[in-house]
Amino acid sequence: MKPRDLTDLALRNLRESILRNALTTLGVAVGVASLVAMLSLGVGLQQLAAKRLSQSGLFDTVLVTPKNAFRGMGRPQREPDPDKPIRILDDDARKEMEKLPNVIEVYPQIRFFTEVRFNNKPFATVVAGMPDSSRNSGSFDGMQGNFFSSTTANEAILQIEFAKDLSDKPSSLIGQDLLLRYAERQTLPSSTTNNDPADASAGGFSVVPKELRLKIVGIVETEPAAGYGGYGNARLLIPLQTASTLRAAQVNDLRDIVRDSTSAKTTYASLSVRAKSPSQVDALETSIKKMGFNAFSLLDASKSLRTFFTVFDSLLGIFGCLALAVATLGIVNTLVMAILERRREIGVLKALGAADSDVQQLFFIEAGVMGFFGGIFGVLFGWLLGRTVTFGTNVYLARQNLNPIELSSVPWWLVVSALVFGVLVSLAAGLYPASRAAKLNPVDALRYE
Amino acid sequence: MPPTDPAIQLDRVSRHYTMGETSVRAVNEVTLSVANNEFLALLGSSGSGKSTLLNLIAGLDRPTSGAIFAHGQNIASLTPLDLARYRCHTIGMIFQSFNLLPRMTLEENIELPLRLAEVPRADRPARVREALERVRLTHRLGHRPTELSGGEQQRVAIARALVNRPKILLADEPTGNLDSSTGEAILTLLRELQSQLGMTIVMVTHERPLAEQFADRLATMGDGKLFSTATSKGLPQ
Repeated sequence: MKPRDLTDLALRNLRESILRNALTTLGVAVGVASLVAMLSLGVGLQQLAAKRLSQSGLFDTVLVTPKNAFRGMGRPQREPDPDKPIRILDDDARKEMEKLPNVIEVYPQIRFFTEVRFNNKPFATVVAGMPDSSRNSGSFDGMQGNFFSSTTANEAILQIEFAKDLSDKPSSLIGQDLLLRYAERQTLPSSTTNNDPADASAGGFSVVPKELRLKIVGIVETEPAAGYGGYGNARLLIPLQTASTLRAAQVNDLRDIVRDSTSAKTTYASLSVRAKSPSQVDALETSIKKMGFNAFSLLDASKSLRTFFTVFDSLLGIFGCLALAVATLGIVNTLVMAILERRREIGVLKALGAADSDVQQLFFIEAGVMGFFGGIFGVLFGWLLGRTVTFGTNVYLARQNLNPIELSSVPWWLVVSALVFGVLVSLAAGLYPASRAAKLNPVDALRYE
Repeated sequence: MPPTDPAIQLDRVSRHYTMGETSVRAVNEVTLSVANNEFLALLGSSGSGKSTLLNLIAGLDRPTSGAIFAHGQNIASLTPLDLARYRCHTIGMIFQSFNLLPRMTLEENIELPLRLAEVPRADRPARVREALERVRLTHRLGHRPTELSGGEQQRVAIARALVNRPKILLADEPTGNLDSSTGEAILTLLRELQSQLGMTIVMVTHERPLAEQFADRLATMGDGKLFSTATSKGLPQ
């Protein structure tokens, strides 16, 4: 029989016992729905974690330091290799790194502890310079107000907790000014003239108190982009370039700041190199090491995270499959019942010239159709279930004054896989009944009352 | 009817069943020839093996031994798929209990063999109508079998059996569920169709008077064996 005729007959048979077949299809739908819901939660959580980690800057950033940056920190003194002079982490190196493939930007870490005055009251806080790229990193999604108007603007974005310290109505702060009081570092003349970065600060520096008026332009919920090598929770964010011009004295001044040495060029104790995605960090790290610098990244931790989510998704998938396994028993039961009911009909079909394969395919198609529609409804139910869980979670989070999250995600591959899986499982469930129907002896079947 | 060109040739055909430790010889060494366009009636009491023999000729069952030739083709050696094709294209069957599918309309019931024979969709309505015209039931096209009388249902079954234009029509007690006048009408119709279409008919029945009235030849069976064959006038062959 031609496929179209087989499908016609199969659909007709399914319509004849509409209630039973609809219930069986519903069983498949519930099975697929549980699978989709479980996996959508797994995928959603993974995406949530990946997004948060990406915003933290931990996994797409390489921290670069000069080869001998840690000299003197309890480590034995290294003899310099005359053939391989130690490279200085200066503007030339920075520009060279900026030209590497898949690099978004290269920037120094600027964070310093200082005092802020608002309404003539002092508040102690950590100030951090934010690179311009953080505008699009997702860190400032959902912020109140705006991002910095320019890379050199005297503007500030407050972390919400700090904003609450300043005012009972944090949103009213936007547009107001605050006074940043900081200690500017001024380099003292030095007799050292070599290019060794470790000796760059040998001349010492003096600290001069300074003030800067900043306009509050935005309030952000979480502290964005601490980055690898960052320390302390920055609660006042200013443009990186503005921060660098302040030349504020930092806690780890010898290592982490932009500074003028006695040499003509600007040298850095460390630089953060941001890649386009965590997958490119490995290659980037290798390139930087070849340039003659130390490079660190948390790529291994990222790999462990992926392994964790693979195992987590597998476990969720197994639980989801349990319901589908029960649904397949429903299909087997329905089709075996159909064989008993349609025994005589199968005999008539064979007497009229149906081959065993025609009868087998007829039952196969019936199983497949139930699986297909079960799959469609299952994906729909699963998606709804995921949305419901997300909605419930967000209601709870809203009551706790926390931001809403996207807990479940149904990507297109999950939709296609669930449909294909639903049909395949249903076909597998139809194997036994179809083969049993095909093997029916037509003489016995015609005799059956 | 030249004896050298039979439509059906049975050569020492046996069909044995094993029931527990007992072997039942439902058909035992039957040799029989049915000529082209002949109407043969298989007579016998219940359990004589006539229906089993009909099923063997229909290709619904396989003989334990012997050969069955239908238009020169030994169907005992056919693969299951070829046997299904043989049933589809060479054989038409009608049954005592009509065996129409009650969930389908008459049109759909008659279309079923056309679907199995993979007749193009466009040709099917005309073929169905033609078959229904032959049994004079075109006005019942959209009805379901349960809405018809027994005689009408058997006429639909005949239309279904003939829609693929088979060379051999096998009838298993076609009048068994009908009153005598309706049974007579059905056999009159079969005779009429046979002369119109030119086909061989083998009919299993236990109603000797009807068989004598309509069949060309009678074959009598008992205990799985063929006792005798005779013309409908009662003359031994």
